[in-house]
Amino acid sequence: MRIFTILISLVLLECSTSLYAQKLAPPTDLKVVDVDNDKGDKLRLTWTLSPDDPATHIEKTVKDKASKEPPAELANPVVSYLIEGKQENEEFEEVGTVDAGVSEFVAEKLERRDYFYRVKAIGADESISATTAEASGTPVRQWIDQSKLYFGLFMFVVCGSVVYFIEAAKAGKTLKIRKIAGLEAIEEAVGRATEMGRDCLFIPGIQDINDIQTVAGLIVLNRVAELTAEYDAGLDVPTTRSLVMTVARETVDGAYTAAGRPDLYNPDNIYYVTDEQFGFVAAVTGKMVREKPAACFYMGAFYAESLIFAETANTIGAIQIAGTAMPSQLPFFVAACDYVLIGEEFFAASAYLSGEPQQLGSLKGQDVGKFIAGLFLIVGAVLMTASQFVHRGESGERTGPLQDAITFMTESLLGS
Amino acid sequence: MLKRTVPIVIASVVGFLLIFAKFSPPISSWENEVVMWFDILAVFAFVLGAGNLNLNNLKKISERKEGWGYAAITLLAFWITLICGIGKLGVPPNERYLTYLWSGEYDAEGSSFWWVFNYVYVPLAATMFATLAFYISSAAFRAFRANNVEASLLLITALLVLVAQTSSGPMLSELIPEDSLFAIFKIDTIRGVLVNLFNTLGTRAIMIGIALGVVSTSLKVLLGVDQSYLGGD
Repeated sequence: MRIFTILISLVLLECSTSLYAQKLAPPTDLKVVDVDNDKGDKLRLTWTLSPDDPATHIEKTVKDKASKEPPAELANPVVSYLIEGKQENEEFEEVGTVDAGVSEFVAEKLERRDYFYRVKAIGADESISATTAEASGTPVRQWIDQSKLYFGLFMFVVCGSVVYFIEAAKAGKTLKIRKIAGLEAIEEAVGRATEMGRDCLFIPGIQDINDIQTVAGLIVLNRVAELTAEYDAGLDVPTTRSLVMTVARETVDGAYTAAGRPDLYNPDNIYYVTDEQFGFVAAVTGKMVREKPAACFYMGAFYAESLIFAETANTIGAIQIAGTAMPSQLPFFVAACDYVLIGEEFFAASAYLSGEPQQLGSLKGQDVGKFIAGLFLIVGAVLMTASQFVHRGESGERTGPLQDAITFMTESLLGS
Repeated sequence: MLKRTVPIVIASVVGFLLIFAKFSPPISSWENEVVMWFDILAVFAFVLGAGNLNLNNLKKISERKEGWGYAAITLLAFWITLICGIGKLGVPPNERYLTYLWSGEYDAEGSSFWWVFNYVYVPLAATMFATLAFYISSAAFRAFRANNVEASLLLITALLVLVAQTSSGPMLSELIPEDSLFAIFKIDTIRGVLVNLFNTLGTRAIMIGIALGVVSTSLKVLLGVDQSYLGGD
């Protein structure tokens, strides 16, 4: 008898909960569309919020300008939406939830087949609304990301210019390049070290070989090694990465052979110290103080250690030439070194030092890129200045063709 | 021939494929795969590096070269850290596998490796980093010598930014009302203009040059125009 009473109570409770749940208005108008510019593994679900969603409720009250009453409290507001999905001939299961006020959900990690979805609202008292009508969609794979087309076009023009001028230089077109003091001084520095009977110290940055600055640094090392071979000066190359040590050994070996002095090449002079930044700093600065190299070259990616190296070498009176593409370290090198290759000059070093026409052609190609960048800068600055004279709309935002042009430049060209 | 051609062909094919991958969603994740390959390569190279470190330092010790004592300390530190890490000395076992002594993480709190890292390496690294403060002072002293007009401008700019950074900076110009015509001469405003306008302008100009330099250097490497870093045949 007691068990029977409990069962009846449970059935009644369930019925009352179900009846109450029906009162929560469901979301409507569910749409499922493929996400653009993806690899075909996402679908975007959008729906119209439930009338019991606080966001809908407030919006409705604000729109009704005749009503000066504050929005009434909802008895059972929606707190979240439950998204259920399935594949064909399968049962629906939960795929995610979003908070109240959100009318979008992106289903991820899908295969390229049909998927069916429905959405329910969940009330503050944990009651569940009826579901939306089922909607289906199929993810589609896009091979090309259309949103990056403008960036691709810009890249194609710049790369095309570099390749064009390399080919033009190969065909015999004469190209002129301005003098770069830092690179002119390399010979002077190696010569000084030879006269003083001391070593040249070359640090190819503290990053691995996958950093383009390290590659650019090793290209300069090639030239420095050729000179040390010619002058019979000592060369010391401590590295922070084993792979850099391996490549640097190949570079120096090649340079000594090219200079006709393979007998002078000693692989022990190019060695690994440690991957740890300040461990490397301690080892190298200690060596600087003990052995007092006459010329120090810093070519690559540097961080906080840049000034420690440069100032230590300054105290021992070494001639210093630095080159880096780390803008935050440039002021330190400028303050402490004799010559500095700033940004693009550092990357121009290989072309400048080799003097090969096809390499000089790449510099001419860079100039085309600079011209385009300059053009965009001027157009952007003019547009931004002009837009300041456009009145803001009711929403406080500036609208119109000028603003559209700025948005286009920001989103499509700058890629932000 | 092979020593140069094969690496260039591999670099070109992989490089151009990865550039295309940047624009193609289905293969955009290949970049991560390649980074993983690089990490695997770097692990093998690390063994090479460790071998080189040992050989170089042992040579210094055996030849009693100047500073051989430092080489001995380096080797000692290397082997102690290696044994502590690989041997998992003092590592508490993982809570799920209490019966297996080596089941804990090598750098778990309380382990000898953890102790060496936190109580030897970290303080030493912090000490090296702290020397930077003194080096900045000495470099600034040289850089800000007012020898000519440019250096004088640099000195004035640096002083303004420096003073504005201190607590007394804003106090110096607090007599200027916020809404007056002279508010632009408030030290905070001047600092803002110098840092956010002039500094940003200069940095961005350098960044554009760097970006184009990176494109050009990368193309030269991918096209095999510059092979000097690969050494001789």
